[in-house]
Amino acid sequence: MSTTSLSNIRKELKKEQRSLLFKRFLSNKLLLTGSFIMLFVVGVALIGPFFLSYTPYQMVVENRLSPPSAEHLLGTDNFGRDLFSRVVYGAQISLGVGLAVAVITSVVGLVIGLLASYYKTLDHILMRICDGLMAIPGILFAIALMAALGPQTQNVIIALSIVFTPHIARVVRSKALSIREETYVEAMRAQGASPLRIIFLHIAPNTISPLVVQATFIFADSIITEAALSFLGAGVPTPDPSWGNILYDGKLVIFNAWWMTVFPGIMIILAVIGLNFVGDGLRDMIDPHTKPRSKKKRVNLFRFNSQKARG
Amino acid sequence: MQAQHEETALIQVRNMKKYYQAKKGLNKLKSGNTYVKAVDGVSFDLRKGETYALVGESGCGKSTTGRTLLRLHDATEGEAIYNGKDLFKLSNKEMNKVRKDMQMVFQDPYSSLNPRKRIGNILEEPLNIHNIGNKSERTDIVMEVMSKVGLQVDHYYRFPHEFSGGQRQRIGLARALVVDPKVIICDEPVSALDVSIQSQVINLLQSLQRDLGLTYLFISHDISVVRHISDRIGVMYLGNLVEEGYTDDVIENPKHPYTKALLSSVPLPDPNIQRERVILQGDIPSPLNPPSGCVFHTRCPFAMDVCKTTVPQSLNLAGNHTVRCHLHDEGITTEEKKVVNA
Repeated sequence: MSTTSLSNIRKELKKEQRSLLFKRFLSNKLLLTGSFIMLFVVGVALIGPFFLSYTPYQMVVENRLSPPSAEHLLGTDNFGRDLFSRVVYGAQISLGVGLAVAVITSVVGLVIGLLASYYKTLDHILMRICDGLMAIPGILFAIALMAALGPQTQNVIIALSIVFTPHIARVVRSKALSIREETYVEAMRAQGASPLRIIFLHIAPNTISPLVVQATFIFADSIITEAALSFLGAGVPTPDPSWGNILYDGKLVIFNAWWMTVFPGIMIILAVIGLNFVGDGLRDMIDPHTKPRSKKKRVNLFRFNSQKARG
Repeated sequence: MQAQHEETALIQVRNMKKYYQAKKGLNKLKSGNTYVKAVDGVSFDLRKGETYALVGESGCGKSTTGRTLLRLHDATEGEAIYNGKDLFKLSNKEMNKVRKDMQMVFQDPYSSLNPRKRIGNILEEPLNIHNIGNKSERTDIVMEVMSKVGLQVDHYYRFPHEFSGGQRQRIGLARALVVDPKVIICDEPVSALDVSIQSQVINLLQSLQRDLGLTYLFISHDISVVRHISDRIGVMYLGNLVEEGYTDDVIENPKHPYTKALLSSVPLPDPNIQRERVILQGDIPSPLNPPSGCVFHTRCPFAMDVCKTTVPQSLNLAGNHTVRCHLHDEGITTEEKKVVNA
């Protein structure tokens, strides 16, 4: 058994498995559409800045509230700042907040959910805390936290992470509870594996798929919630642009300058729809047992699960 | 075949009991029996190099016996002596050392392999747990075991869902074999497979036993499989071992009425053979509240008055054949042996 032949086999098999995965990705229209939308939104945030002729902070007061033109693609806002560059930089901040929240809640929620599923006493303690957190309306809780911590972008992330972690922890816990009863976990116990080894090496990998799906929804939800917070003036502080606080500025002049509400609004809608598509598509792809939903049902996807997150 | 085995017991199980608490919370306050007596005082020897089969219908406690032996559940009472030590009294650390010698093969080949792990990782995991060898040595060991159970090299990087049931069961067997165990507890290893695959796996089990000197505790409800593979049989009913002996003795000449009923339920491939069918009345009683005296008396066609009151002790018959039944107790007079149920 030479190691070279073994590594060759490994390479070939990985290639085969990867191509299978890619085929499934291509046949999954929902995921494909979502990925393209997200590619566009992320592209705007990352590549957009290279095409900007204005910084988002540069004020030209005599030009304020000018409609979309060749000079200002999306027009200017009430301080005469270029709306296009504000939307592009706002994309960076909004997506950044969303991603940070998704990552933090995933990691913390994973650990909490796994520990809660394995240790019964800990389960009662952690889940009651989660129940408590979930009982508080998300936005109210975030506003209260922001009031306490001060309006800063990091604080938005902290507040939203606290609000959304229980959701992830619940999903992970429920999956882990069913996994821990599987025979392969029992087999590991029969081998004498330590509880931590069983939790993190054998149970955790099986909870990743529902976790990733949930995390994309959290990503979308936190973009919306961040926008809502900023709209209420408790989110990303001015003059930093975020989609939410552009909307906030635009609300005062909505009858004079429709572009200030429409363009950031479109970006929010695109990002959230894209992420929801990705989430639903991932769920279909990861779990081959669920049949792809009929077209009639897909209309439901447009009901973002933001209501759930806010409630 | 039987005579070749050393008569030394590798594991001596004595009076093993496993009760599950049936009432929880406030219900505990209510009076009455609160335990499910899954295994109620089972004693047997597992001899070196033999295959000892535990048979019985569903829910009779045969799987629980195997699992309790591995301490997947804690025994309520009793002892299991292995290498002069009682397995049920070992600390977790000491027990983990013993686990290297005692492995288990599970019934369901579909749920016993982690779907997210490659076969190589699944098979190397026991070596990681027991700290055997370094990375490349582990791979070598795994490769060797894989070839022993009839898997190919390129299966190393495959995922469990790419295999059929029979192959998965081979993988499960390989996982038990990588740490070079002495005893393998086979918990219905072939009942989830179809008949042609069953025979392959059983033949594999037998050839491995010959090559590696393994001892099997073979848990099954399939008499024909047991007859083929085992050296000795223990028949279980409702948490009790009712009959025990060499396979041929027990099957050709069953002593306990339950064993007779069990054997007569095995279909014969020849339609012309006429034989007496012993059909049991009623269902298996609840282990929550097992019958008094002999646990089988509620369904036994030969039940006597004494069966309802006195628990039968195990009686040694000729040829290491033991049975727990008053019918064979010579201390009981013919007068007392009046059949009640019939």
